[in-house]
Amino acid sequence: MVLTLVEYDEEGLDDVSLQALTLARDVAEQADESLEAIAFGAGAADVAGEAGNHGVETLHAVEDDALDDYAPEAYGRAVVQCAEEVGTEAVIGPGTDRGAETLAHAASKLDVTMAAEVTDVEVGDSYELTRQRWGGTLIEHSRLSAETNLLTVAANEVSVSATGGDAAAVEAFAPDVQEGDLRVQLTAVEESDVEGVPLGEARVVVSGGRGTDGDFSELEALVENVPNAALGSSRAAVNEGWRPHDDQIGQTGAKIAPEIYIPCGISGAVQHMVGCKGAENILAINTDPEAAIIQKADWAVIADLHEVAPAIADELEARGHSE
Amino acid sequence: MEILTAIKRVPETGAKVSLTDDKLDIDTTSLGFTFSPHEECAVEEGVQLVEEHGGNVTVLTLGEEDATEQLRSAIAMGADDGMLLDGGDDEWGPAATATAVAEAVEASDTDFDLLLFGNESADAANHQVGVRVAEELGLPCVTGIKDLDVGEGVATAKREIPGGSEVYEVDLPAVVTVKEGLNEPRYPSMRAKMQARKASVEQTEPEPREDDLELVELEVPETDDSPAEIIGESPEAAEEVVDVLEELEVV
Ligand SMILES: Cc1cc2nc3c(=O)[nH]c(=O)nc-3n(C[C@H](O)[C@H](O)[C@H](O)COP(=O)(O)OP(=O)(O)OC[C@H]3O[C@@H](n4cnc5c(N)ncnc54)[C@H](O)[C@@H]3O)c2cc1C
Ligand SMILES: Nc1ncnc2c1ncn2[C@@H]1O[C@H](COP(=O)(O)O)[C@@H](O)[C@H]1O
Repeated sequence: MVLTLVEYDEEGLDDVSLQALTLARDVAEQADESLEAIAFGAGAADVAGEAGNHGVETLHAVEDDALDDYAPEAYGRAVVQCAEEVGTEAVIGPGTDRGAETLAHAASKLDVTMAAEVTDVEVGDSYELTRQRWGGTLIEHSRLSAETNLLTVAANEVSVSATGGDAAAVEAFAPDVQEGDLRVQLTAVEESDVEGVPLGEARVVVSGGRGTDGDFSELEALVENVPNAALGSSRAAVNEGWRPHDDQIGQTGAKIAPEIYIPCGISGAVQHMVGCKGAENILAINTDPEAAIIQKADWAVIADLHEVAPAIADELEARGHSE
Repeated sequence: MEILTAIKRVPETGAKVSLTDDKLDIDTTSLGFTFSPHEECAVEEGVQLVEEHGGNVTVLTLGEEDATEQLRSAIAMGADDGMLLDGGDDEWGPAATATAVAEAVEASDTDFDLLLFGNESADAANHQVGVRVAEELGLPCVTGIKDLDVGEGVATAKREIPGGSEVYEVDLPAVVTVKEGLNEPRYPSMRAKMQARKASVEQTEPEPREDDLELVELEVPETDDSPAEIIGESPEAAEEVVDVLEELEVV
């Protein structure tokens, strides 16, 4: 049996959980095992239909009021108990903050290593894994051979497919959670008051790096004139104190997937590029024709961004595109 | 307050990554070394907390002897003591690393109030060393933190989610794993760097335990490196740029 940890909200299973289910189903098929899932919270049973549609036979709905609010260690404990009770050869989770945190607790309790950021599994005597290092800059082939193989699936790397199967059978699971497991529990959720289009949702992202020399005014003006556009930056610009870290795109910043990405005065370091690999198109503006970003872009303008950006804004206005 | 921060030495790659012939490592012949931006924030947070509450920041790394260079960078940022767990040239897996770190914490004369880790290491991104150390030491743990507020025996920690943040309260001592954006790490002064060179670093040699995850081979992902179409070399290219935007129907 292969057990998959899934997360959901009012709209159903979340994307990364569906990706995890797709990879888990592949593992289950290779191992000739059944696919089962575990979900927490009061609405767990409601996702049985969708889970079944992605190949899940049995959904273990954790039944414990104390666990309705997220509690990482207790969730880890419950996953371990469920895995032991149903006898599983693998536990697979989504590569989200909660997925990784829950399985890391579970792995530690089981005294096995968890493999994170996995994109592919070949099942044999051990699991031959493909996983991401350096935020996707490098690929690692490795071998996982624990008594129970625990792994998380890298976010947005697996394309989801459904089976059209019937709803999963729901089985209530009552874990035996200890007092200490609830030491850390979600206390509150705060809404942020960010204005404008969030980076992750923008159709156009214009960003500036060290090449701006600290002057982002032209890039800001350009973004204001394009609908659904957001401003981003490289880490160099954040380190200089020119932009807040929220604007940073890359391995340790935001991941974006716009229709077009327009990096200005950014050299194209690998840690920056993994943040924008979801972009459909890249148009680079840089004074250096040898900059790595030119190799990685679809179009390039070799010129000073401080002159090109205002010219683009003027041209948009001349053609009646200004907001 | 007694604070421990854990950092990992990694190569500072630029626009292109090359591998060694056996494909087990990054070819670092012409590269410098650093530690993760997340861990930089962990060190900065420790230093700021000690500036506010008094106490000491100990910075620890497990790795080859050259990793003392990263300990000294952290000391230049304001950490007080360095601790090298000499693990030799080979990378240790996350279970082995965590056990060695937990044992070093237990063996230490210091009772740490706060143990700060990166949310994930820059290279391996195993997402677990901090959690495992917490489990081994029986401490509570919060991960992925971008906002930390430490009060009397308790910390309030926030983790970013789309459109807001989750709030966790945790009693000290605790393990907190952090992400870049938590604070703005300082640039050490020349003088601090010089002094850090002289700081003493405690060194031990832990025994590795087995890890279930074994590296077979690394691979550089294929990227489309066909050069871009140069659509202009002056501000007049704005016309071509807007043509592209119109074609993509984003304006
Ligand atoms: C573990 C790790 C994680 C990292 N995570 C991230 C991350 O999340 N995001 C990130 O961005 N970086 C990250 N980095 C840093 C990354 O390696 C680079 O240092 C950084 O991206 C460089 O930023 P930059 O391109 O703005 O600066 P530079 O590399 O200095 O490039 C500046 C560019 O501007 C051009 N230029 C100069 N003047 C002009 C002008 N007037 N007009 C047009 N062009 C001009 C230059 O030709 C040059 O190409 C990380 C590094 C490490 C080690
Ligand atoms: N070799 C190491 N030495 C010291 N700290 C480490 C080491 N490996 C990992 N860590 C710490 O654990 C965090 C998470 O690492 P990982 O589980 O590999 O993603 C890192 O950000 C570091 O703070």
